[in-house]
Amino acid sequence: MPELKNVADLARLHATTQQAREARRTACPTIYVGTGTCGLAAGAGEVAQAIRQELSARQIEAEVLGVGCIGMCVKEPLVDIQLPGRPRVTYANVKPDMIPRLIEEHLMNGQIIPKWAMGQLPADGAPPETQVGEPGLPSYAELPFYRKQVRIALKNCGMINPESIDEYIAADGYQALGKALSGMSPDEVVDEMKESGLRGRGGAGFLTGIKWEFCRRARGTPKYVICNADEGDPGAFMDRSVLEGDPHSVIEGMTIAAYAIGAQEGYIYCRAEYPLAIARLKKAIAQAHVHGLLGENILGSGFSFELHIKEGAGAFVCGEETALIASIEGKRGEPRPRPPFPAVSGLWGKPSNVNNVKSYGMTPQIILNGADWFSRIGTSGSPGTAVFALTGKIKNTGLIEVPMGITLREIIYDVGGGTPRNKHFKAVQTGGPLGGCLPASALDTPVDFDSLTEADATMGSGGMIVVDQDTCMVEFAKYFLTFASAESCGKCVPCRIGGQRMLETLTCISEGRGTPEDLDGIEYISRNMKEGSLCALGQLTPGPVMSSLRFFRQEYEAHIQDEFCPAGVCKGLFSYEIIEANCPGCGLCLKACPDGAISGEKKKPHVIDHLKCIQCGECYRVCNLGAIEVIPLKKKEIPA
Amino acid sequence: MTVNLTINGQKIQAETGQTVLQAARAVGIHIPVLCEHPALPPDGACRICLVEIEKQRGLQPACTFPATEGLVISTHSPRVMDSRKFTLELLISDHPLDCMTCEATGDCTLQDLAYEYGVKDSRYQGKQHNYPLDASNPFIQVERNKCILCRRCVRACSHINGVEAISVFYRGFNAYIGFGADGRMQDSSCEFCGSCVAVCPTGALWPKMSIGKGRPWQVEKVDTICSYCGVGCKLSLHIRDNQIIRVEGANGPANHGWTCVKGRFGYDYVHHPDRVLTPRVRRYLLEGVKKPENRESRIENSKGGTNLDSLVSNFWDWVETDWDTALNIVAEKLRTKRDTHGPDSIGVLTSAKCTNEENYLMNKFARQVIGTNNIDHCARL
Repeated sequence: MPELKNVADLARLHATTQQAREARRTACPTIYVGTGTCGLAAGAGEVAQAIRQELSARQIEAEVLGVGCIGMCVKEPLVDIQLPGRPRVTYANVKPDMIPRLIEEHLMNGQIIPKWAMGQLPADGAPPETQVGEPGLPSYAELPFYRKQVRIALKNCGMINPESIDEYIAADGYQALGKALSGMSPDEVVDEMKESGLRGRGGAGFLTGIKWEFCRRARGTPKYVICNADEGDPGAFMDRSVLEGDPHSVIEGMTIAAYAIGAQEGYIYCRAEYPLAIARLKKAIAQAHVHGLLGENILGSGFSFELHIKEGAGAFVCGEETALIASIEGKRGEPRPRPPFPAVSGLWGKPSNVNNVKSYGMTPQIILNGADWFSRIGTSGSPGTAVFALTGKIKNTGLIEVPMGITLREIIYDVGGGTPRNKHFKAVQTGGPLGGCLPASALDTPVDFDSLTEADATMGSGGMIVVDQDTCMVEFAKYFLTFASAESCGKCVPCRIGGQRMLETLTCISEGRGTPEDLDGIEYISRNMKEGSLCALGQLTPGPVMSSLRFFRQEYEAHIQDEFCPAGVCKGLFSYEIIEANCPGCGLCLKACPDGAISGEKKKPHVIDHLKCIQCGECYRVCNLGAIEVIPLKKKEIPA
Repeated sequence: MTVNLTINGQKIQAETGQTVLQAARAVGIHIPVLCEHPALPPDGACRICLVEIEKQRGLQPACTFPATEGLVISTHSPRVMDSRKFTLELLISDHPLDCMTCEATGDCTLQDLAYEYGVKDSRYQGKQHNYPLDASNPFIQVERNKCILCRRCVRACSHINGVEAISVFYRGFNAYIGFGADGRMQDSSCEFCGSCVAVCPTGALWPKMSIGKGRPWQVEKVDTICSYCGVGCKLSLHIRDNQIIRVEGANGPANHGWTCVKGRFGYDYVHHPDRVLTPRVRRYLLEGVKKPENRESRIENSKGGTNLDSLVSNFWDWVETDWDTALNIVAEKLRTKRDTHGPDSIGVLTSAKCTNEENYLMNKFARQVIGTNNIDHCARL
C-alpha cells in the first residue's frame, strides 16, 4: 500500500518534513555542494569528497547535501555552508585544497572567509526576517546576478536536495497535486492554466491551457502526456538544470496535466546525453511511487497515472513534437506534417499533450498560487518568467530566470555583468540555432515571445548567447547553419538540400569567394526554406543567417567586396598590425608568436612580418593594450 | 459527410476524411506530386504538392492536409510556383543530368516536373553525391545518385509487402536509402517483390533485366494473368520485338497493381531455349513395346534393327508428339492401372499454375472418372 492514501496524509507529511527540515537547520551544520552537471564538470565531485574526508578526519557531524544548479555556473563548484541559526553562505570556485580551511574557520569557528564568500541566503525554509545576516556579505537579493531574477521554474534548483522527495514536499511540493485532485475538477485545472496565460516554454509559445483543452476534448483513449526534455540547442542547459535540480516539480506538473486532460500514462523524452537528469528522474519516479503520488488511485482520488522515461539517441530534430513521438514509438525520429496535431493524433495515434520541461515545472506553482499570481508576473502577452542559459562572451555565464518584459540590456549588463575584457558587445543570439541575433541597437527590446519575434529573433526554449567584437557574424551564422543542416533529418527537400546549399554559399563568403549575388541567393533560399520546409527546424534554419544579414549586412559585404573579415576570424581575410603609438614594446606578443613573425626591441614598438604571420591570433589575444588591430589582408609580396 | 472548399476560385465538395489532394483530384484539378503515391500513406516529404491555404502559416502539403469546411486554396499561385521551382532546383542540384542515357527517361516523375516547371539546370554548383552503383543482385539495380529520397520505396516495402527491408540512413544532406542494417539488398530481409521499383519515380531503382532493352514508348504493353500461382495477379508485359523486356503489376482485382518476385522477375522462362513447347513421350510408349527394365537392358527390336546399343538408348528418349497421341497413352495407362489395382491406386496432384476451372475439372476427373478421393494441390508455387 502506498504511504499516502489521501490528501490528509499528504498534509501530515508536509508538516512532518517541514519539522524535520527545521530540526536539521537548528541541530547541525549543513553543507550544500552544487552537483549539477555544471558543478560536477567544474570538479564538485572532488570537492564533495574532500569535504566528507575532512569531516570524518575531524570527526565533525554535518550534513553534506548535493543540490542542483543554483545558476551561477561560472562560479562552480559552489559550496554553501549553513551553521545552525545562521544564514547559508555561498563560496565560489571552491577547490579541494580550500576545504580544510573552510571547515576549520567557518564550520568549526563560525568565521566566514570573506575573500572566498560570494553571498548569503536565508537558511533553508526560514523567513528572511528571522535570519541574522552575516555582516559585510551581500545577500543573494543584493547580488547583481540575482537582483532582477524571479525564480519559479528554478525555485528549488540549488536549494533542495533533488534526490529527496521529503525535501521537495517540505518546500510545498505535491501540494498543488493535492489541491487539484481534492478540490478541482479537470476542467477547473484547464481553466486555471488558461487564465494564467502560460505560454509553452519550448519556444513556440502556444498557450498551454488551450493545448490541454484541445487534448481534453479530443476523442480517443488512452491519452498521453509527454514531456519534451530533448534539449538540443548548443549552449542551452535550462531543462537539464531543472531536471537535475528539481525533478519532482516536472513529475508533479505532468501528473496535474494528466489529470486535467484525462491521461493515465506519460512519457518523459530525455536525451541520453543527460545521464544525471535521467538518474534523478528515475529516482524521483520511484520515490513518488512509494509515496503513492504516482501509480494507482493517487491520494485516494481514483485517478491513476504511470510515468515512463524514454531516452533519446541524440537527434536535435527529436525536439520537434511529432519527431519526438515517432522516436518514442521506436521509429526514425522524423517530423510529420501537422495537422493532425498531437492533441488529436499523437503517440500511437492517440490524443497526446506535449509540453516542455519548464512548462510542466511551472505548473504546480500556477495551480498552488493561482492564475492571478502568475499572470501578474511578466507582461500581459507573455505572463510569468523566462529561463535562459546565458553563455558566450559574458561575465556571468549561468542559468537565469527573469520576468518576461525585462529588456535584453538588463539581462546582459545587469544580470550577466556585460562582456568580459572590456570588449564591445556586438550581438545576442536568442532562440538557439534556430533563433536570431540582435545588435546593440535592439538591446532595449523587451524579452517576451511577441517582442522578440517582432525584432527578428525568437524566444526559443531559452538559449542566449552573447558575442563581442571579436566574433565574425558571417562565421557565427555559419556555425548555427552548420549545426542546423547537420541536424536536419533529411526528410523534406527544402531543409535537406536547401540548408546544404545555403551553407555552401556562406562558406564561399567566409572564404572570400563570395559574390554580391550570393546575398540575394541566400535570401532566396531562406525565403523558400521558411515557406516550404516540413517542420520548424527547416523553417527556422535560415533565422540566424537572415537576422545577421539584416543587422550586420556591412560585415557580409566586407567579406565579399573587400575580402576582409573585420572581426579577424575568417582565415585569409585579414592581417594583424601593431599600432605603433599604442605599443610600449612589452614583448608579450613577441613571446606568444609561434612563428617568429614579430620582432622589435624591448620598450620600442614591435612590428609584424606579414610574410611569416599565419594569423593564429595569439598576439591579438595576449595584448592587453589594444595595440594590435585587425586590418585588411596584406598581400604576401615575395621580395625580389 | 461532405465539406465545402474553394480551390482556385472553384467551389467544390469533398468527403470528410479526404485530403486536399484527393478532393482536388476528384474534380480534376491537377496538383503535382512526387513523393505521394495513391496506394501508399502520404508522407508530406517532397514539398512539390505544397499549396497556399488561406489563414495557414506557410505553404501546406496537399497530400496530407485534411479537406475541412471553408478552406480556400490556391494550387498554382506565384508563391506556390516559386516554392515548387525552388524544390525542383534543389533536387536537380544533387541529381545526375544524364537523362539521355537514363533508363527512366520517359518514365520519370522528376523529369516530367522539370519539364512542367521549366527547370533546366540548377543555380547551385555545390556538392553532389557520388555513390557507387549497386548492381550486385540479379533483380534490382540501385543507383543512389538518382534517388530523391521520396521514400516511396520505404513505404511500399513496409505498407504493401510488410517486409521493412528498406529504410533511411543518416541525416540531412547525407541521408540515403539503405537496406537491412545498411547492407546490400540481398543480405536484407528483401524478398525482391520489386514493389520498390514499381513506385520509384526516378531511375534510382531499376529492374536489372530490363536495362538497355528499350524505352517506355518503344514497348507494347500486353495485360495477362500471372501463370505462377493461384492468386492470379494481373500483369502488364512490356513487349519489344516480340520479347518480354519487363513485367509490371497491373491493376487487377486480386493484386491492385502489385505482384511478387516471380510475377515481376520470373519471366525468363518464356523465351528460354530449353522450354518444352509440345508434348513428349518415351519412345517405348510410342512404339507400344514393353517398358525396358532398366536403361542398360537390351530389348528386342520389333523391326529387326541391328544396332542394339543405339536402340536401347532410343527407347528411353523423349519423343515429340501431338496432344492426342500423348493423351491417349496417358488415358490408356490410367485405365489399366485402375482396372488392375483399383481406383485408389491412383492419386491426382494439381497445380497452382492452373486456373480455377482447370483445377475444378481435375477434381471432377479424379472423383468421377477415376473414382478416387486422392486429389491434392500444391497450394502455391
